[in-house]
Amino acid sequence: MHRPTSLRVLLFAAGLGLALGAPSGASAQSAASTEEIEQLKSQIAALQAQVSELAAEVAALQAAPAAPAPAPTPTPGPTTLAVPAGAAGAGGPQGNLPYYGTASTASKVFNPDISAIGDFVGAIGESPGGGEPSLELHEAEFGFQAIVDPYARADFFLTYGPDEIGVEEAYITFPAAPGGFLLKAGKMRDAFGKMNAMHIHVLPFTDRPLVTQNLTGGEDGLADYGVSLAHFVPNPWLFLEATGQVYRGQNEVFSGETRGDLSYVGHLRAYQDLSDSSNVDLGGSIAYGSNDFGSGFHTRLLGVDATYRWRPLRRAIYRRFLARSELVWSRREEPTAAQNAFGFYVSAEYQFARRWIAGGRFDYSERASDPSLVDKGGSLLLTWWPSEFSQIRGQYRRTRFGEGRTANEFLFQFLFAIGAHGAHVF
Amino acid sequence: MKRLPTITALGLTLLIATTPLHAAIKVVTTLPDLAALTREVGGDKVEVEALARGYQDPHFVEAKPSFILKLHSADLLVLVGRELEIGWLPPLIQQSRNKKIQVGAAGYLDASLTARILEIPTGQITRAMGDVHPLGNPHYWLDPENGRRIAAAIRDRLSQMSPGDAVDFASRYDDFDKRLTEAEKGWDALMAPYKGLKVVTYHRSWPNFAERFGLEVVGYVEPRPGIPPSPRHTLELIATMKQLGIKILLVEPYFDLKTPRSIARETGARVLVMPPSVGGEKEITDYFKLFDHDIDLLVAAIKETGAR
Repeated sequence: MHRPTSLRVLLFAAGLGLALGAPSGASAQSAASTEEIEQLKSQIAALQAQVSELAAEVAALQAAPAAPAPAPTPTPGPTTLAVPAGAAGAGGPQGNLPYYGTASTASKVFNPDISAIGDFVGAIGESPGGGEPSLELHEAEFGFQAIVDPYARADFFLTYGPDEIGVEEAYITFPAAPGGFLLKAGKMRDAFGKMNAMHIHVLPFTDRPLVTQNLTGGEDGLADYGVSLAHFVPNPWLFLEATGQVYRGQNEVFSGETRGDLSYVGHLRAYQDLSDSSNVDLGGSIAYGSNDFGSGFHTRLLGVDATYRWRPLRRAIYRRFLARSELVWSRREEPTAAQNAFGFYVSAEYQFARRWIAGGRFDYSERASDPSLVDKGGSLLLTWWPSEFSQIRGQYRRTRFGEGRTANEFLFQFLFAIGAHGAHVF
Repeated sequence: MKRLPTITALGLTLLIATTPLHAAIKVVTTLPDLAALTREVGGDKVEVEALARGYQDPHFVEAKPSFILKLHSADLLVLVGRELEIGWLPPLIQQSRNKKIQVGAAGYLDASLTARILEIPTGQITRAMGDVHPLGNPHYWLDPENGRRIAAAIRDRLSQMSPGDAVDFASRYDDFDKRLTEAEKGWDALMAPYKGLKVVTYHRSWPNFAERFGLEVVGYVEPRPGIPPSPRHTLELIATMKQLGIKILLVEPYFDLKTPRSIARETGARVLVMPPSVGGEKEITDYFKLFDHDIDLLVAAIKETGAR
């Protein structure tokens, strides 16, 4: 709020300086009194002083954008604002709430929840494919999330990475749309399988599995512009949810060129508690759309996923086990023939102490355009959680590529989050 | 645009037509304590279920899809608030497809709004202080006075939802109030001799309980809220406990007992696994029994250790 105002004052002052400077040049020609010139000079000096003062203020604001502006009053402590009517209640925030800036910033209470997450990855060892760079800020993600109105909420996730700068996701959600639907629209990660919908920083690995790299969209997975509808399938036995999504059809796997070339995603999820501390989560997915050979050529992805979780309620913060597998069948139509490729991963993670998680993953995946080439890999992982908001992870990864070469790599990752407390991943 | 409300109206009519007239109000609460209080006020006019168990860490409940189904059919959601459930409740509400319980709707009741909240931080808050709750300590139900206030808030909300039963809810509340006042006299009498007793607790779960029953919490096993014990902090705590002669160490049932036990060995203190919630032990089946159980446990330990 402060910065634009200060800039405007700055520009105005500069303009004034110029306006005053011009007549002073003209007056020299007409041999005006030196007194007048001195007066103008002192005026300009005063303005310059103001300008440098303002510039310093701008610099200070830029250096610490989150810091509250100093209160103009000599009394210490932030200025205050009356508690909005909705917040009333004994024990609630009483009297005045602190706020920073001018009276118009009362609307700050409606600012979205803001978070920033850093994903810093390093790699050691040889990889024939090049692999990850030695050190990189793989991703800096900025989240803005808030309730829009009584009917909807919105989520924005902006990503800055070496390969990608842009909107990872930005969508509106109508949690109670008519007919019991959950409606989403915007840029989203596809509801294909389990891991595709997850952001990289919530994965239990530093990387995405080979099956994702080879068959379902590469490094970043499937994400696109689209509309999503989800509905419960009523039944007396278990949680069953069907999701249907329509996308523009332009990502790493699909490349619809015309308006009619959309891609479609369907997902069915079944969940059942086995006990208070264990449960099973099963899913089936399909994705269909035109591929990069043009409108007549389609790619169809079929997926099956299964997750088993165990977490004893009394010791939930100390012990946890999760096993997961996803299988993907890709059928890619090409001018010569259709290519059928298959891939999967199996992973497990076990929390053995409050701050420690050990894990492993096995990868197998044929290549989408040449199924005769098969990549296989295995990883061992160890994660340390200083707190909910940071984690440090090491991953040993051995990959045998279809061409016959093998990579032995050690990857490490620092994840760090600031800002609003997000929901825990389930 | 015009068709949607019509369809919704039709759907609602169908729903109403197929719902039996005497149907109870379906209430889902996040913690069992709120469920117990809802039962006191609602009686047989409500059907109550809690998502979390009383022996579970309420900060780290998992957002299971089975909870989504429970919220889907709820008429009223009662939550603790003050960001206690921030890690798991928002996604559940969002996926519930239930208009009634969305934030700010008639079926969304934040029980903290009328309760007396302690430890509201002042000044600048950062996560260097650990997992602080910027809106104050959310373990406020452990003061019977707050139990009364929560029950009153639930009574008011239920009465709004079902005005025909308002008289019934009011009389049930009055009865609860009377029984609670009576029970408080008993608890106060039991605790009166130990006013000012200094104790140590694992997490900051007990400020309201301590204030109400005259305990003084002088230290925590956690160096900061949500941060596991560190050796240095533990040594400092042991020194403090020895210096002040502290004999009582309260631990919530969801924390590891290794550090508390080693502290107890060093200081001669007694480790009490004290449930902060209804359902924390099998016999704690309602709000009264929670205090009965905890105060009995405390008094017995005080007597045995000679703590004062």
